[in-house]
Amino acid sequence: MRGRSAPVLGLLLAWSATAAEIPVSERRSGFDAMSPDIQAMQQDEMANPGLLWLQDGADLWGKAPSPDRPACAGCHGEAGASMRGVAVRYPVYDAATAAPIDLEGRINACRARHQGAAPFPRESRELLGLTTYVAAQSRGLPIAPPDDPRLASARAVGKALFTQRMGQLGLSCAACHDDHAGRRLGAALIPQGHPTGYPLYRLEWQGVGSVQRRLRNCMTGMRAEPFANGAPEFVALERYLMDRASPLPLETPAVRP
Amino acid sequence: MARTLISVPKTAEAGEIVTIKTLISHPMETGFRPGADGRIMARDIITDFTCLYDGEEVFRAETFPATAANPYLTFTTRATRTGTLSFIWRGDNGFEQTETATLTVT
Repeated sequence: MRGRSAPVLGLLLAWSATAAEIPVSERRSGFDAMSPDIQAMQQDEMANPGLLWLQDGADLWGKAPSPDRPACAGCHGEAGASMRGVAVRYPVYDAATAAPIDLEGRINACRARHQGAAPFPRESRELLGLTTYVAAQSRGLPIAPPDDPRLASARAVGKALFTQRMGQLGLSCAACHDDHAGRRLGAALIPQGHPTGYPLYRLEWQGVGSVQRRLRNCMTGMRAEPFANGAPEFVALERYLMDRASPLPLETPAVRP
Repeated sequence: MARTLISVPKTAEAGEIVTIKTLISHPMETGFRPGADGRIMARDIITDFTCLYDGEEVFRAETFPATAANPYLTFTTRATRTGTLSFIWRGDNGFEQTETATLTVT
């Protein structure tokens, strides 16, 4: 009896053992695996529909929320100069709330603290537009995680969430994107899962969405209950994913199938 | 007003074939999808696009419920004279939008 069960146990262990993190030299953006048509769509300044959102964001950047409060441009000036290199650092540690904060959260916090305005709802056209506009200023720059010890716990939580099996199918992020990246799930290619182009235009969504929307999609697919919009779990996961994706260049606004 | 992105070359030589690209922000709701409350959402699509070159029609397209959101149309025309290109999108619920661009022929 013992002799027969040992090989089975060995097989199970081999199946559940997770591959190591993807080495820096082997990190690839999902862009590389897309069809030439969709790659061209992303790179064509006239065909990339994400630019419609970016233009909305550019307008909001210069527009004061009320007459006695400054617009984003009132403090930050020209976004091309002041916002270049910002998105590649995010999520960062926010001293005021003593917690990590992502780019969407920062924009809403800025609205509350300096503009006296109500936060934009997550996934609203306005928040996606502003986030796209800010992130696009860093297009082409390598993702550069901040060396901040206060982010250590978020990084650990993010990594734990990435490797933790969840949902009715018992999958984890790592079970696909670390162990089986480059192989196929049904007809779909499994990418390495680097958030290099968010907010991005997804053809399936027929619109622009945030990285959290993508993560919720994945969790629903795993038949797990997604975290709430803007939940600290998502911010921690974003932090870990950006560490894992560095130093790939930022592509915002990317296009994905 | 829907946001649009239009690409027309600033200048062209007489007789040159120029490529024009247009992109418009529109949901292109098919009229077949149920909303969050389970009811079918009303159709809301662009049905017709026209490009006029100094008032003369040079390109026209009809779009249908199967056309993706934010329709992108690209076409060519022969540059014959300096003039105004008008782009007109029409659709459901009285949707109508006109944008213009100038093509200078050297």
